[in-house]
Amino acid sequence: MSNETPQEVNLEASLSAAPSEVAEFAEQDGGVIRKFQHILHQNPALVPLIVLIFSISLFGALLGSKFFSPFALTLILQQVQIVAILGAAQSLVILTAGIDLSVGAIMVLSSVVMGQFTFRYGIPVELAIVSGLICGTGCGFVNGWLVAVMRLPPFIVTLGMWQIILATTFIYSANESIRAQDIEEQAVLLHFFGTKLPLGGVNFTFGALFAVLLAFGLAYALRTTAWGRHVFAVGDDPEAAELSGVNVKKTLISVYMLAGLICAFAGWAVIGRIGAVSPNVGQLGNIESITAVVIGGISLFGGRGSIAGMLFGALIVGVFSLGLRLLGADAQWTYLLIGLLIIFAVAVDQWIRKVSV
Amino acid sequence: MEPILQARNLIKHFGRVTALDGADFDLLPGEILAVIGDNGAGKSVMIKTLTGAVQLESGEIKMNGKPIAFNSPIDSRSEGIETVYQTLALSPALSIADNMFMGRELRYPGIRGRIFRQLDKPTMEKFAREKLSELGLLTIQNIRQAVETLSGGQRQGIAVARAAAFGSKVIILDEPTAALGVKEGRRVLDLLQDVKARGISIVLISHNMPHVFEISDRIHIHRLGKRLTVINPKDYTMSDAVAFMTGAALPPELESNHPP
Ligand SMILES: Nc1ncnc2c1ncn2[C@@H]1O[C@H](COP(=O)(O)OP(=O)(O)OP(=O)(O)O)[C@@H](O)[C@H]1O
Ligand SMILES: [Mg+2]
Repeated sequence: MSNETPQEVNLEASLSAAPSEVAEFAEQDGGVIRKFQHILHQNPALVPLIVLIFSISLFGALLGSKFFSPFALTLILQQVQIVAILGAAQSLVILTAGIDLSVGAIMVLSSVVMGQFTFRYGIPVELAIVSGLICGTGCGFVNGWLVAVMRLPPFIVTLGMWQIILATTFIYSANESIRAQDIEEQAVLLHFFGTKLPLGGVNFTFGALFAVLLAFGLAYALRTTAWGRHVFAVGDDPEAAELSGVNVKKTLISVYMLAGLICAFAGWAVIGRIGAVSPNVGQLGNIESITAVVIGGISLFGGRGSIAGMLFGALIVGVFSLGLRLLGADAQWTYLLIGLLIIFAVAVDQWIRKVSV
Repeated sequence: MEPILQARNLIKHFGRVTALDGADFDLLPGEILAVIGDNGAGKSVMIKTLTGAVQLESGEIKMNGKPIAFNSPIDSRSEGIETVYQTLALSPALSIADNMFMGRELRYPGIRGRIFRQLDKPTMEKFAREKLSELGLLTIQNIRQAVETLSGGQRQGIAVARAAAFGSKVIILDEPTAALGVKEGRRVLDLLQDVKARGISIVLISHNMPHVFEISDRIHIHRLGKRLTVINPKDYTMSDAVAFMTGAALPPELESNHPP
């Protein structure tokens, strides 16, 4: 290894003669497809938005006014609201490159706590609701602690917690429901998210409104606060985030806790949706929320995607299931198409990622 | 002169691999200390233990004579130590400005910042742009560009600019010019001289001997997980330094103690 390289000196001597302005080159033209890829890279919600508009137009064309009727739109919103709220929680976790299989279970446990605290112990309904919210946040904390501090894989942690929380729910509630009439008479606040908000014939509920406001709030927090930047950084490359001054553990725990809290709100909303408090709802909450997130273009590898995309993803599922139902198709067609959409979405995600290579 | 950063007898294993085997380290105020050594000698691990990114098994670290125990890089940063890690520690999907201010984001004054926690992106972007043009090594069209869309050298430039902009006492650079072109490497050396002129101490890990000999005040030679010796670049040639670092020759002060 010879290090006294006179060439090096000469090389650098010629630098003074080099133009001192920074080289600038115009954005190279890589054709339409490459440009499209770049646009998608910057706006990951664009694909699900296009698919949503496309599917609405498709079913609109096939079904006409039947599809655009207030009745149909109300039904879609009713169905989508819970998935959208759970999807918001799921999005946060998946942005950190995790996954939360316990979202549905946390939702049900929280709703059961709200109901049982009110009816079994006679606690004022406001306090019972707060207890339910705290319960959800607590479940989230356990998830977050196991993932961040014990460094267990999120899939395993939440798989375990899903079973634990579900079993707890059934044991605690003794598998009993609280009837809608009782709630209506004694604790109507539990139905708060079911309150209807008629808007041009379409029945928005507070639940649907909440889902949209929640999405806006989270989108804001993710984009314009330091916490949001840290969530992306942790999902992108936790080691780099740690080295560049992010408290990775704190960020992860905060994400799982917030996800738990949101699931508890979903638990409150689900009481408004079905009227009763039942330990048997929401069994598919985890799968449905993951589906919305994936179709919404949020990368399962973390650090990429937007809440808006998740909302579109949830709406796509809602539009498909209602559209196909109105067409009189077998419900299995819905699942088949949703399955295709999931694979399509992941393939698009992979393609978009290639932009950086 | 009392070292600003001093370490004694650092020990660190990874499984059965010995990364640090009783390493010592001294950084004097206002100097540029180069650290050289073979691949795998333990240079990166050593500076990571100094910044709190890796936890020691045993050993002692002092800053300005006071024992310190950094539990994470956040701790060393708050003491004014900035580091360009060999892996650069950038978040690929985030923008250049986001990366420059990671962990020390600026918020708007007033309610927007205090209540709504809103980041002051215009100020951060302006600052980032200034720092990058100071380095002059970026053909950046857009400061909001994701870091993953930049070239390897450009990324390195961002990591160096970040450290130089925020380091107030010590700046540690782990091979900061490895991916840089001739011109850009020169800009980094100039930048380091500017930083030194501000009274900040610099640790430069590098395999580029001409750079090391040109810029450093002292050279720490690392070999097999410990400090072999510290030499003055004026007293030795580059071939001497390479001979010491590869074990082909022993520095004179060791030769007398341990005859071959
Ligand atoms: N996180 C880790 N896990 C396991 N082993 C590690 C880890 N980090 C470093 N090592 C080992 O410690 C030893 C020292 O590595 P280190 O990165 O400090 O070398 P280096 O002197 O910086 O080399 P280079 O010049 O190639 O950067 C190597 O043998 C390496 O394999
Ligand atoms: Mg190294």
